[in-house]
Amino acid sequence: MFSKVFTCALNGLDGYLVQVEADISNGIPAFDIVGLAGTPVKEARERVKAAINNSGYRFPMRRITINLAPADTRKDGSGFDLPVALGVLISAGEIPQNSLDEYMVIGELALDGSIRRCSGLLCKAIAARELGFKKLMVPFDNSSEVSVVKELEIYPVGKLSDAVNHFRGNNPIEVLPPKEISISQRNVYQYDFADVKGQKNAKRALEVAASGGHNLIMIGSPGSGKTMLAKRLPSILPDLTFDESLEVTKIYSVLGLMPKDSPIITERPFRAPHHTVSSVSLVGGGSNPKPGEVSLAHHGVLFLDEIPEFPRRNLDVLRQPIEDGIANISRINATVTYPCRFMLVAAANPCKCGYYGDPTRVCNCTFRDAENYLARLSGPLMDRIDIQIRVPAVKYDDLENDRKEESSEEIKKRVNKARKIQHERYKKVGIYCNAHLSGPMLREFCKLDKDSKKLLRASFDKLNLSARAHDRILKVARTIADLEESEIIHSRYISEAIQYRTLDRTIRG
Amino acid sequence: MMTKDLEYWLRLSCLEGVKNTIKIDLITALGDAIKVYGASKEILIRAGFSKENYNTYYSENLKMEAKGIIDRCSKEKIKILRIIDEEYPEMLKYIPDPPILVYVLGTIPKTNCIAIVGSRKASGYGTETASKMAFNLVCSDITIVSGMARGIDTAAHNGALEAGGKTVAVLGSGLDVIYPPENKDLMKRITKSGAVISEYPPGTPPSTKNFPCRNRIISGMSLGTLVVEAGIKSGSLITAGCALEQGREVFAIPGNINCINSAGTNKLIKDGAKMVTDVEDVLEELNFGIAPLEKKRKSRRIKNNQLSQKERKIISILKIEDLYDEELSDRASIKLTELFEILLDLELKGLIKRSINGKFMLIT
Repeated sequence: MFSKVFTCALNGLDGYLVQVEADISNGIPAFDIVGLAGTPVKEARERVKAAINNSGYRFPMRRITINLAPADTRKDGSGFDLPVALGVLISAGEIPQNSLDEYMVIGELALDGSIRRCSGLLCKAIAARELGFKKLMVPFDNSSEVSVVKELEIYPVGKLSDAVNHFRGNNPIEVLPPKEISISQRNVYQYDFADVKGQKNAKRALEVAASGGHNLIMIGSPGSGKTMLAKRLPSILPDLTFDESLEVTKIYSVLGLMPKDSPIITERPFRAPHHTVSSVSLVGGGSNPKPGEVSLAHHGVLFLDEIPEFPRRNLDVLRQPIEDGIANISRINATVTYPCRFMLVAAANPCKCGYYGDPTRVCNCTFRDAENYLARLSGPLMDRIDIQIRVPAVKYDDLENDRKEESSEEIKKRVNKARKIQHERYKKVGIYCNAHLSGPMLREFCKLDKDSKKLLRASFDKLNLSARAHDRILKVARTIADLEESEIIHSRYISEAIQYRTLDRTIRG
Repeated sequence: MMTKDLEYWLRLSCLEGVKNTIKIDLITALGDAIKVYGASKEILIRAGFSKENYNTYYSENLKMEAKGIIDRCSKEKIKILRIIDEEYPEMLKYIPDPPILVYVLGTIPKTNCIAIVGSRKASGYGTETASKMAFNLVCSDITIVSGMARGIDTAAHNGALEAGGKTVAVLGSGLDVIYPPENKDLMKRITKSGAVISEYPPGTPPSTKNFPCRNRIISGMSLGTLVVEAGIKSGSLITAGCALEQGREVFAIPGNINCINSAGTNKLIKDGAKMVTDVEDVLEELNFGIAPLEKKRKSRRIKNNQLSQKERKIISILKIEDLYDEELSDRASIKLTELFEILLDLELKGLIKRSINGKFMLIT
């Protein structure tokens, strides 16, 4: 007896159709899975056998062959258990033939016949819709994740026997009612700028960075609050749009990182990999390429604390993802592209011991040591960081102070406004924010008035600014002007932008 | 100056194996290198020439070498100053063993000089102080002499240049061999405002034995030597020793007693060097020194009435202590965004600057 069940596998974030063919014939009892199955899929044999037996059906003691078509792509993950089990049961005559023809089925089995959640369901559900399926059977625990996909009947199932009864027509499973997701729901962020005492300069710089999508580096002694500030950055970033949020959710879904109860990720992600991270887990990879930290930070913040401690090789692999907004991973089995448009926020100590230039702490590092420490960041990487600030140690007075600090929500209002201006301006040229301005666009959109031109020239002559600082200053000044809702870049915006180039200025060559 | 004449000077200068003091004695006695060349064998032997020295002195090789140097110098626009030349640093003539000639790029300033030297492995405190001292001394019309080494030397040159003053670097290698290489740009800037000098002909590589000799020129050109930061075995202590031998002042900046970087300077102070915490300490001492200095600070300060009220406020706050921008913003109750503009303005006017730790400080 032969049967066919439809399911789905992933290549990157895109799903494609997989047909699970089951054939039972006479011969020496055997159970084989063919069709380039990965280890988790091969192991499905044991789970399926046990689950069928433990659900009260008889596992046929005959020669069973399962084929996963197309046979030339590698299949991985645990979502094949349920389709395989159902295929076997159809072939064994437990379920009527053709009753599954309209369904796509995904699910992992436990030995007792219950069905476990598996990863990548959002991507698979979207694929199912695109492949023209009307009905999708998913593990009960994944139901909220797929509920955002419209025009699809979703059947959440908790046990193998429930699925069998459903297809026998005995006890049909109810269709999951479609959920209306409003992305505009107010996010409650765990961290708020209202808790940060003092640090006005850093806060302002972060506001500018958030408004223009600029990459930023903070340099300061240990304990000055660099990490604390960075953690609060997502709370002032503009809200995710529905499409953006779907993109983010897809990535998290592929890795099985979706929380059980929320259907979609509405907060901008904040990723802070430790400096021992490997280059593979940073940009993605593996024999079956998985997204890395850069993709997990898609539409959010990638925070690299103690950035000089990262091996240089690992930092340099970031250059292409930062530039293109996508991570291209090529392996023998597949070439996969994951999106990764993130804001890079880095923090560094001024020297190895951390207290270079600190007036109250002893630091035996020499000027050259300090210079070498920051020189671990390659020029091309630093070139992509627009804003460099020093974060001074927090004063005790500031900690004691009860003065009310501005909350993230207030800052965010200004950021949203500045972003809107940019969206309008760059509609035609296909970029989203000032940080992505380049070459001719820079000259077109960053018009200086006479005073600012004069000031910029004077500053270059007097302050030893490097040539590469020029474009950065213009971009950042553009953002500051947008925050002030001014089309022209006045000299005071240039002044502020120059103050954000501390590294160019205090470290002399 | 005739090339032929110069050739005799170079022959004498390049003659190895003869002590510099002997060469100087001969020059002083006979008045000119050409006369030394024409002197009888007897005189030369009596002055301390060995037989081999004598032979080399008149050899063809040495002649070719001297010619080669002249060619090379004219190509690289390097000047050769003889001890009898007017442009030769005046103070240097009076030390026990002055070089009979020096190679120069740029113009040696005629003003009084102070040497600032210190450790190559300088701390933030050291570089900041060196640069600040140089800056302030230059404002009193003093030329800063140093060795263009890493650390304190570089900071001193930079401080002087930042104030728009003059500075002289004395190298331990040929003038076309830039060491350390990262100071290439610094050397260019020094040449523009002052001079880079060396007693070694072009092409001489930097070698450890050259540096102690170089140090005697640094201290020799100067009224006094200020040691900013030095370990207990630092080369700057050799410079201080030279200064003492030459009868010049030795100044030292005190440091943390637990800090190995300051052990040398603290020892100097213990041994009687003048402790310096302020540039006034240097100026004051020199008033009693060899050449009394008229204390005329260049009036770089822009008059108060040329500043806006807010600028004046910032200046008066910074007089008390160095501050970060946000601290300034709090004290002056000026909005941060507005403050940025004022700060850049003051910076461009040359009244304040950003120190290494990112704080703003007043330039006095």
